[in-house]
Amino acid sequence: MARILLILLATLFLALMVVLPVVAIFHRAFAEGWGTYLASILDPETLAAIRLTVIAALIVLPLNIVFGVASAWVIARYRFPGRRALLVLVELPFAVSPIVAGLCFLLIYGAYGPVGAALEPFGVQLMFNLTGIVLVSLFVTCPFVMREILPVLMVTGEDEEKAALTLGANGWQIFRHVVLPNISWGLAYGTVLTMARAMGEFGAVSVVSGAIRGQTMTLPLQIELLYNDYNATGAFAAATVLTGLALVTLALRGLLERFGPRRAH
Amino acid sequence: MTFEIRDIHKSFAGTEVLKGVSLSLEKGEFIALLGPSGSGKTTLLNIVAGLAHADSGSLVFDGEDITRQPAGQRHFGMVFQSYALFRHMTVAQNIGFGLKVMKGGPSRAEIDRRVAELLEMIELPGLADRFPAQLSGGQRQRVAMARALAIRPRLLLMDEPFSALDAQVRVSLRSEVRALQRRAGVGAIMVTHDRAEADALADRIAIMDQGRIVTIETPEQVA
Amino acid sequence: MRAARPAPHILPGFSLSLGISVLFLCLIVLLPISGLLWQLGGLGWSDYLQVMGSERVLTALRVTVTAAAAATLVNGVFGLILAWVLSRYRFAGRGVLDALVDLPFALPTAVAGIALVALYDKSGWVGGLLDHLGLQVAYTWWGIVIAMIFTSIPFAVRAIQPAIEELDAAEEAAALTLGASPSQRFRLVILRPLLPSILTGVGLSFVRSLGEFGAVIFIAGNLPYKTEIASLLILIRLDEFDYPAAAAIAGTLMAASLLLLAAINIAQTRLQAYLRTEA
Ligand SMILES: Nc1ncnc2c1ncn2[C@@H]1O[C@H](COP(=O)(O)OP(=O)(O)OP(=O)(O)O)[C@@H](O)[C@H]1O
Ligand SMILES: [Mg+2]
Repeated sequence: MARILLILLATLFLALMVVLPVVAIFHRAFAEGWGTYLASILDPETLAAIRLTVIAALIVLPLNIVFGVASAWVIARYRFPGRRALLVLVELPFAVSPIVAGLCFLLIYGAYGPVGAALEPFGVQLMFNLTGIVLVSLFVTCPFVMREILPVLMVTGEDEEKAALTLGANGWQIFRHVVLPNISWGLAYGTVLTMARAMGEFGAVSVVSGAIRGQTMTLPLQIELLYNDYNATGAFAAATVLTGLALVTLALRGLLERFGPRRAH
Repeated sequence: MTFEIRDIHKSFAGTEVLKGVSLSLEKGEFIALLGPSGSGKTTLLNIVAGLAHADSGSLVFDGEDITRQPAGQRHFGMVFQSYALFRHMTVAQNIGFGLKVMKGGPSRAEIDRRVAELLEMIELPGLADRFPAQLSGGQRQRVAMARALAIRPRLLLMDEPFSALDAQVRVSLRSEVRALQRRAGVGAIMVTHDRAEADALADRIAIMDQGRIVTIETPEQVA
Repeated sequence: MRAARPAPHILPGFSLSLGISVLFLCLIVLLPISGLLWQLGGLGWSDYLQVMGSERVLTALRVTVTAAAAATLVNGVFGLILAWVLSRYRFAGRGVLDALVDLPFALPTAVAGIALVALYDKSGWVGGLLDHLGLQVAYTWWGIVIAMIFTSIPFAVRAIQPAIEELDAAEEAAALTLGASPSQRFRLVILRPLLPSILTGVGLSFVRSLGEFGAVIFIAGNLPYKTEIASLLILIRLDEFDYPAAAAIAGTLMAASLLLLAAINIAQTRLQAYLRTEA
C-alpha cells in the first residue's frame, strides 16, 4: 500500500540522513569512554570557547530581542512609507550565506573598511574580537525574534491595545501589561532560536573572529580546530554540547506546539 | 456636562466617509447612532474616543476643545464590539486596569474595593478570578461595561455592544446597561443596527446615512 | 480640507520602535552589505571578469552549483514525500519524524560537518559499507551533495507542508469518482496545485545549498580544481588579503541568491494566479 511505502521511505530517509549523523557524534565522543569525554570537555581551551560562546550569545540576545520586538511592532501596527522595505531588510540575512555575511562585515568594519579605518585612530577595533563575533551573530540571527512575534501581533489585532489606551495607559504600560503577555510564547521561542543560532554559527564567525586560540575561539571554531588537530574525540565531545543545545531547542518547540497557543501560519 | 461634535470630516484614501457630522449631547443623555452598514458609525465613535483623527471639525467637552487630546486623557469609557477584554488578565484585573494605570490613582485596597463593587453591580461577584475565555458572551459584555465604567468616565461609548449576543440575552442586558449608565450618571453614545434596541435605550436616536446624520429624534418621533 | 501636518499615530511608540529598527538594520544589515558593494564598486569590470574567469573560480562555482542542484533534486523528491507523509498520515512516531525534519536546521553546521564525515569516512558506518562496494563519498563531490542535502531538507519540507494541508480533499475525491487513473489523479489534483510551493521549497533549498559552508568543508576534501566550493574560495582569498577577489566571488554569490529568491517570489505569485484562473 502506498501509505506504508511512503511512511517507510520517509522514515528511512530521515534515519539515514539525520539520525545516523547525530548518533555518530555521540558514538565518537564516547568512543574512548567517559573519562576521556569529560577530560575533553573540561580542557581549558574548550572551556574558554564555551565561555566566549555563552558571553557572545548573552550580548546578542537582549539586543536581538529589543530589535525583534520593535520591528515586529512597527510593521504590525503602523502603515508608513518604507514599511515593505523594512520587512525585506529584516529578512535579507536569511538570503546571505555565512561566509559572504562575514566578508561584508570585514569589508566595512575591518581595518581596511571605511568605518573600521575611521575608528582605528581612536584605538577602537571592531573585528577579530568579541565585538566582531557579536556583530555577525546579530546579522545571522536578525530575523528570528521578529519572525515569531509578527504573526502573533497580526492575529491578536490591536483592539486590546486600543482598549488600554482609552483606559488611560501609557505606552510602557500597554507594552508591559497587554502586548508582552500576548507575545510571550513567540518571544520565548524566538529567543531560543536566536540563542541556538548565535551559539552555533560557524561560517560568518570564522571570518571575523581572528581565531586566536583560547581567546577568540567560539565553540564551533574550537570544534574545527580540534578536528583539524586530529583530536577527533575532543572535537566530537565539544560537538555534543552544541548537539544537546539543538535537541533542547527542538524539544522546546515541541512543547510549545503542544502546550502553547496554536501558532499562526 | 455637554458634549459637542462639530462638523467632523474624515476620508480614507480619498473616499469621504464622514461628511460633516455634528451632534450634541446633554448631561446624562443616551444617544443611539443608527444607520446602515458602512455609514460611518464606527469611524465617528473612534474619532470621539480618540482612536482615530478627524481630517477637520472639532470635539468640545464642557467648553474645552478636546479634538487633539490623546485618547488616554479624554477619560471616555469605551465598550468595543469585540469587547477587547485583556485575554491574559482575570475579570478583576480587567476591571481594575484603568485604575491601576491611573497616575496618582487609588491605592490597591481602594482598587480592590471598587472592583468588588463593580462586580456586584454587573452581578458577577463569583467570577473575579476567571479569564475572559472562560466567560459567556453576555458575561464578557458586562465585564467590558464594568471595565469602561471603572474609571468613572465622563462619557460612555459603545460600538454595537450587543451584536455578539443572541436575541434573548440582548433584551435582558438592555435594561441593565441603561440602569448602569443611569446610576453612573454619564452621557452615552451607542452604535447599533437594531431599531428596537435604540428605541428601548436611547433618549434620542441619530440616524446616519452615507457619512451624514440625516435625522435626530426621540424614539417616539422616529417611530 | 486636510490637516496641516500628518496626524500622529494613535498607538504610542511609533518613533521609538521605528528608530530602533532603522538603527539596528542600518548598522547590522545595510552598512555591511554596502561594504561589499563599496568594495565591488572599486573593482572595474575587467578586474571582476579576470577574477571570475580564472580556472579555479570557475571550477569552484561549477562544483558548488552542480552539487547544489543535485542536492536540490533529492530534496525536491524527499521533501515532497516527507511533507506528504507528515501532513496526510497519522501514525505512531509522526511527531518524532516531524521534529527530526527540523534537526538539521537546529544543528550547528560545523557539528553537522564533522558528523557527516564521521559517518561517510572509510572508517565510518556508511563509508565503510560503501568502501566495500568500491564507492567513496567523503572528500568527493558526492560528499558535498550529501552535506547540502542535510542542511537544506528542512527548507523544502516546511515550504511544501502547508500547501498539502490546504489541498482540497474534496477535489481529490471528485477526481476519484470521475474515474481518473491514479497517475492522472496525482498529476492533476495533487501535483499541480502544489507546484508553487514545491517551487518555493526547491528554490530555498537551492539557495541555502549555494551558500552552505560549515557542513560542507569537512566532508568536501577541499582540493582546488576538484572539490573546492565557492564559499571556501572566498575564505582562502581573504586569508591571502586579496579582498577584491573575495568580494567579487561573494558579490556574485549574493547577487545569484537574491535574484533567485526574487525570481521564485515572482514565479510563485504568477503560478498561483495562473492556477486560480484555470480552476
Ligand atoms: N481603516 C480604514 N481604511 C479605509 N476605509 C475604511 C477604514 N475604516 C472604515 N473604512 C470605510 O469607511 C466607511 C465607514 O466605515 P464604518 O466602519 O465607520 O461603518 P459602520 O457604519 O460602522 O458600519 P457597520 O455597521 O458595518 O459597522 C466604510 O465604507 C469603510 O469601508
Ligand atoms: Mg461599525
